[in-house]
This record gives sequence, C-alpha cells and structure tokens, in this order.
Amino acid sequence: MTTQSTQKYEPGTHPDLPPPFTASGPVKWVRENLFSSPANIIMTLLAAFALYKMVPGMFSWAFTDATFLAADRNECRALSSGACWAFIVQRWELFTYGFYPEAERWRVNLTFVLLLVVIVGLLWENCPGRKWIIRFSIIFPFLAFWLIMGGFGLQRVTTDQFGGFMLTLIIGIVGISLSLPIGICLALGRQSNLPIIKYACIGFIEFIRGVPLITLLFVASTMLSYFLPPGTNFNLLLRVLIMVTLFASAYMAEVIRGGLQAIPKGQTEAADAMGLKYWASMRLIVLPQALKISIPGIVNTFIGLYKDSTLVIIIGLLDPLGIGQASLADNKWQGLSTEVYLFVAIFFFISCFAMARYSLYLERKLDTGHRN
Amino acid sequence: MNTETQKVQHELGDVAIKIHEMHKWYGSFHVLKDINLEVQSGERIVVCGPSGSGKSTMIRCINRLEEHQKGDIIVDGTELTNDLKNIEAVRREVGMVFQHFNLFPHLTVMENCTLAPIWVRKTPKTEAEAIAMQYLERVKIPEQAHKFPGQLSGGQQQRVAIARSLCMNPKIMLFDEPTSALDPEMIKEVLDVMIELAREGMTMICVTHEMGFAKTVANRVIFMDAGQIIEQNEPNEFFNNPQNERTQLFLSQILQH
Repeated sequence: MTTQSTQKYEPGTHPDLPPPFTASGPVKWVRENLFSSPANIIMTLLAAFALYKMVPGMFSWAFTDATFLAADRNECRALSSGACWAFIVQRWELFTYGFYPEAERWRVNLTFVLLLVVIVGLLWENCPGRKWIIRFSIIFPFLAFWLIMGGFGLQRVTTDQFGGFMLTLIIGIVGISLSLPIGICLALGRQSNLPIIKYACIGFIEFIRGVPLITLLFVASTMLSYFLPPGTNFNLLLRVLIMVTLFASAYMAEVIRGGLQAIPKGQTEAADAMGLKYWASMRLIVLPQALKISIPGIVNTFIGLYKDSTLVIIIGLLDPLGIGQASLADNKWQGLSTEVYLFVAIFFFISCFAMARYSLYLERKLDTGHRN
Repeated sequence: MNTETQKVQHELGDVAIKIHEMHKWYGSFHVLKDINLEVQSGERIVVCGPSGSGKSTMIRCINRLEEHQKGDIIVDGTELTNDLKNIEAVRREVGMVFQHFNLFPHLTVMENCTLAPIWVRKTPKTEAEAIAMQYLERVKIPEQAHKFPGQLSGGQQQRVAIARSLCMNPKIMLFDEPTSALDPEMIKEVLDVMIELAREGMTMICVTHEMGFAKTVANRVIFMDAGQIIEQNEPNEFFNNPQNERTQLFLSQILQH
C-alpha cells in the first residue's frame, strides 16, 4: 500500500487505480454496516444473540416439531409439541374457496391461472406473447366474471358462497385495477379550471377520506337499501367492491396529486408551446412522470386496500380471516389461533411483499437519470 | 463572445408578428404597458433589459403561454384570442426554446423530437424520425438520439430543445434566455446553432444578454424596462449610440466586464 501511494505521476497523467481492498466489496460493507462504531458493534452482537435464541426455536416449532396430518387437536397434541398445521391442511379448501360448490371449483382455478397469465403479461415487459396477453386482458374481466358467477351454460353461483383467499383476491384486484384510473381522474379533476368539476372532486375526496372504511362498509351493507327504491336488490359483494374502490380512489387521488404537483410547470409549458392539446399533454408528458414518482405512494395505497379487504368480516363476508375465526369455533380444533393467524398473515405477507418488490423493480426500470 | 464576424444579411418579408397596444396585468400588477412591435418574417430581434422588465412575459404572450388583457397580437395572420383553435394554430407555427430546456425527461432525445410532429402534425413515425435525425445532425448531436436528456450536458440538452422545436418546422422561433442556465463553456455551442439558424432566414425573437450574439445576428435590438419598450434600434446604433438614459445605464453595466 505504501509503495503504491508514493508513486508519482506527471500532472494530468494519473491512471485510474482500483480502490484499496478495505474500501470495497464485502469487507467494506461489514465494516460500514455492522461494526462502524462501539454502539453499532454492541447492537450487532445483541441482534446476533437474539436471532440465535429465537430462530432455532421458531424453526422447530413451525417445521421439525410440527404435525401436518391429524384428525383433531388432541391427536395433534399427542403426536408432537410443535405447530398443528393439520387443521390448516384439513380446511385448506375452505380457506381457498369459501363455500364455492366443490364441483365448480375448477372455474375458480381456471380464472386464477388466467389471472396469473394476465398479471405476468402486463407487468413483465419481456414476456413472450405479450401483445396477445394485453389484448386478452381486455376481455379477461368479462371472462372472469362469467366463469366465477356462472350463467350462460355454467351453473350459477351466488356471491354469498364466495369466501377465503378467492374473496380477498376478488376485492383486491377489482379495487386495485379500478381505483388507479378513478384516482387519476379525481386528481386531474381536482386541478381543473372548471369550478363544478373541481369542487365535486374535492368534495368527494374529502368526504371519503374523512370517513372510516368500516363506516362506509356498514353503509354499504345496511343503509344503501334504505336509500335505494324498494325492490332494488343490490348485491352485497358488489356494494363492498364499490365502497372499497371509492375509498382507495380517494387516497389514490391525493397520492397522484402529490406527483402532479412535483412536475415542473415548464413541462406543460413545453407541451403547450408545441401545440399539444390538454389530454395529449397529460397522457404523454405529465402523467407518465407524475405516476412514476408516485409509484411508492400508489403501491402503498394498493397494499393498504388489499389488507383492508379483511374488514369485510364485519359485515359478514368470510375472507380468510373470517373463515379462520369461524373455524376456530369448532370444538375439535380449539386453541389453534396462533397457527390460523400465522397462516393468514403469511398469505397476506407474500402478496404484499410481492407488490412492494415489483414497485422497486418498476422504479429502477423507469429511472432515466433525471433528477428534478 | 462568438467567433462569427461576418454579419448575417437582412432579407425581410411580410409581417410575421404584430403586437398592437398590448397590456398585461398579473393581478393588479401592470407587467406590460402599451407594447407595440412589428416583426417582419426573416427578421431577427434581440430583446434585452434588466430582470423583471417583462421581456420573457412579452415573448410568452406571442404563443399565449401568457394571456394579454388588452390590445391585439396577430401572429402569422392569426389573432390570439380565447379561441383555442387560434391558439393551437399559432403554437403549431411558433417554436419556443426555454431557459431551462424543458425537455421531457422520461422520453429519449429522439422521442422528444418526434412527439409533437406525430401527435400534432400527425406525421408518420418513420418520417418524423427521419426529420428528427436531420435536425439532430444540424445541431451536431445525432449520436445522442437514443439517450435520455438526463444523460446529456446542459449545452447538449439545449441543442436538443432547439432541434425539438425545429422538427415542427416553425415559421417563427422564440428564445427565452436560452443560454442563461448554461456553463460558460457550453454557451458557444448553443449560440453557434442559433447563428446558423439565423443565417438560414428563420424569424427569431431572442431574449438574451449575449451582446456578441446581438451584434452578429440581430436586425434590431429592443430594450425593455418596467414593462415598456424603452428603445429599439439596429445593433450598431443601439450599442454605440444609445439614446435613452436608462439604456445607457444598462449597457454600461453589462458591458463593463
């Protein structure tokens, strides 16, 4: 090291040298992140100790000591001291499909597979056959509606038979795919020069934001039937979907408004000066940039909406949490709340973590080296 | 500033822009007072004056980025009113280059240049790209076509902005302090492109403090202060023999260094 640093070069001819060993790679990372100061060293050691104490115990409880097959809780207890996953294994279908008729569950499976195809096609730019998947995604909602609800040759299934993960996915995906466009419209409307549009949007956003979602869900489940003309039968699930979507849209609108305000005025001026009309300038110039910087907030709202879908338990829809609670009332399986809630938590964590990772990927992909 | 010594020749045509007794207010603040200006096609005008004198506001009225409240502005035979059709017609024929470039950061240089031709003029994409490439060559950065603006230097970005305006094949170009945000090293490359443009007979109105540029290309220099046109003259007379006291003071201050 000393020999290198003493070597002299003519001014302007100094070559690029690699950094010293301790200033790069894993050594640098460990030094900077784990052992940079006495306090940091203590924290690192404490954390390592805590992990050492906790992880093996948790691991053996969840896997090595766990029971996966048993007839009831007592058998579980007799077989081992760990988690009793047998309960989940036995109720797996209930958790997934709710009370959807057994003979018709292939329809849910098919819809789910098609959904995966559409999601992958829409979100992954280099997906083979993406052009066709995008076209298919336009008819997919109608196809999915037909497959799940039935009619036209398929056996009808009523929405009160829906439940479990299937219900969560329906609420989540409908809410997510509708709240973004509605939120964009509300955000643009809020900035409109036309007072009617502007104040309608502000009123809507502030009202929805000012009321808890549970209240809206109660309104959806009970009060709407008072307001609507007698005899109109408005499906409960549909009402929930509308309320959840409107709720998320109001939040979405504010997230996007933040993004819109961060776009310098010069961008619209440049678009105006070129002769672009309002909608073209919004669609081609302002929104792509505003949405890009709003990605963290948008995904945050998506995740919030997705998890808030568990609130439908209050008005009697059985999402996974509802199914879990109902199942815990079974005498044969009492005292398994840890397993049930952990199971539901893992399901939600996987979906939400996937969304979070995708949002990071998207941010990196859309980065064009520009900083405002 | 620049190395061009040969004066750009005058070749004037019909009236391109006519501003008649135009006034503008921001709230109760009277920013532009009784502006009268007639620009012949092919004419190159440099507007200078202290900051806050209304130079930028005046040229921004010409393509209606700012609205005037009194008087008339007629651009290329079209009067600017509240009629969106007229405004769009004027904007199609008038290009503008901004102090801060205002390139679209999410689009490549090529997409920046082809956006308006494709969406406003409805030019087919391949044709628009060919035209864009031609202008990018003229501003000497064809090799940057597929980069994003954030990857270019300030001078390169401003040249892209000029190329982007030219792709619409405008009859009139407005420059709003095009070199004020640039490092000294990069000012020359932008001015060279502008001088080139002037040589080809483009009608130009340029808000700038580059007096060398004014001497080389301008037919007329306009001095504004406090929202009014104080003095206008051809460059030699303007710089060597300014009439108004305010102009003399301004020139003595900016020419000191």
